Amino acid sequence: MSNINKFEPFQLDVLQEIGNIGSGNATTALSNLINKSVDMKVPKVNFGPFSAITESLGDAEKAVIAVYLRVVGETPGNMYFLLSQKSANQLLSDVLQMDLINKKEYSDIEISALTEIGNILAGSYLSSLANLTHLKIFPSVPSLSMDMLGAVLSSGMLQSGQYDDYALLIETNFLEGSENVEGNFIFIPDPGSLHKIFHSLGVPIHD
Amino acid sequence: MIESTILRVGIAELNVLRGEGIIKTTGLGSCIGMTLYDPINQVGGLAHIMLPASRIARDANFNKAKYADTAIPELLDQMLSLGASRKNIHAKMAGGAQMFQIELDSMKIGYKNIVKCKEILKELNIPIRSEDTGGGVGRTIELNILNGSLSVRSIKYGIKEI
Repeated sequence: MSNINKFEPFQLDVLQEIGNIGSGNATTALSNLINKSVDMKVPKVNFGPFSAITESLGDAEKAVIAVYLRVVGETPGNMYFLLSQKSANQLLSDVLQMDLINKKEYSDIEISALTEIGNILAGSYLSSLANLTHLKIFPSVPSLSMDMLGAVLSSGMLQSGQYDDYALLIETNFLEGSENVEGNFIFIPDPGSLHKIFHSLGVPIHD
Repeated sequence: MIESTILRVGIAELNVLRGEGIIKTTGLGSCIGMTLYDPINQVGGLAHIMLPASRIARDANFNKAKYADTAIPELLDQMLSLGASRKNIHAKMAGGAQMFQIELDSMKIGYKNIVKCKEILKELNIPIRSEDTGGGVGRTIELNILNGSLSVRSIKYGIKEI
C-alpha cells in the first residue's frame, strides 16, 4: 500500500473532525476526572517534515511531561498527552486531593497517577474514533517521560520515518476553565492508517 | 562584538561548517547527534540521525540525513568538499536514548542507532573520540568548530563537554 503524500482540503477537514471527536471525548473524561469544566480549541492538522512538526508544538528543547502510548489495531499510530509541569502539578493536586503545586520531582504514585490519567484520556479518544470508523482501535500500555519536547516526540515519528520524510499530526489544545491546566492531545497515525480511516468513512483517496 | 554563526540542524537533517561557529541540534531522543571534526582544517559537521539503515527507504530519492548508513558518508563527503582532510577526522556522538520504558521493538531504536553508527564509523575508519549515548534522557548538543568541543545538555544532568 502506498502512502499519502499530499492531502485534499476535504481530507484534512475529515482528519480535523477526527481530532474534534476524539479530543471532545477525552476532554469530557478529563472534566469528569477533575470535576471542573475543560475547554478545547479547534484541532490542528499538521502535515510536514519532522522538524516542522516538532516546531509546530514549540521549542524542541522545552521541558514537557509526556504520556505516550502506541495505538494498536487496524489503524496503528502513536498518541501523546502533553502537559507542562505546572499543569501536571495542578492536575495531580485535583485528582489526588493534595497540594502538589510546587512539586519538582514525582513519587512513583504521582507518576502512576499521571500515566493513568493519560491512559483514561487516550482510551476515550480512541474509543470515539473506533465508534466513528467501526474499526478495531486500542491503546497499548502507556509510559511517562519528563524531558525535552523534541526527544519525546521523535519516538512517535519513527514509523512515519521508515517510509516518509513527513509525518501527520492531529493536535488539540485543551484548557481548564481557570487556565491552571493546559495541555495537548496528539495523534500521529502511521502512514498506512490514514487509508483505512478514510476508507472506513467513505472519503475518496487518490493515489 | 562579532556575532558568530550558529547553524541549526533539525531532525533528519545535516550540515557542515568551516572556520568558526557552532553547529547545534536540539531535543535528541532515540536519534543520534553524529559529529565529525577535522581539528587541523577546522571543519566540522553534524547529522541528526533518526534510523539505522536506509534499506527500508521506499524510493531512490530519499533523505540521506535520516539514516546512519547514508548520513555518515554524506557528512564525510560534504566535509571533504569544504576542505577537511580524511586522515584528521574523528567522531563524537550523543543520543540514542530510550525515552519511554515500554517493551516495544520500536522503543529499542536508540540502541540500534548507536550500534549502527559505530559500525559505519568503523567501516569508514573514523575513530570515536568521545560519546554520551544511551540512557533515558533527551539531549541538546553543540559542536564548536573552532576547537571541536562538543557540549551536551540534558534537563536532568545539565551541561557537560565531551
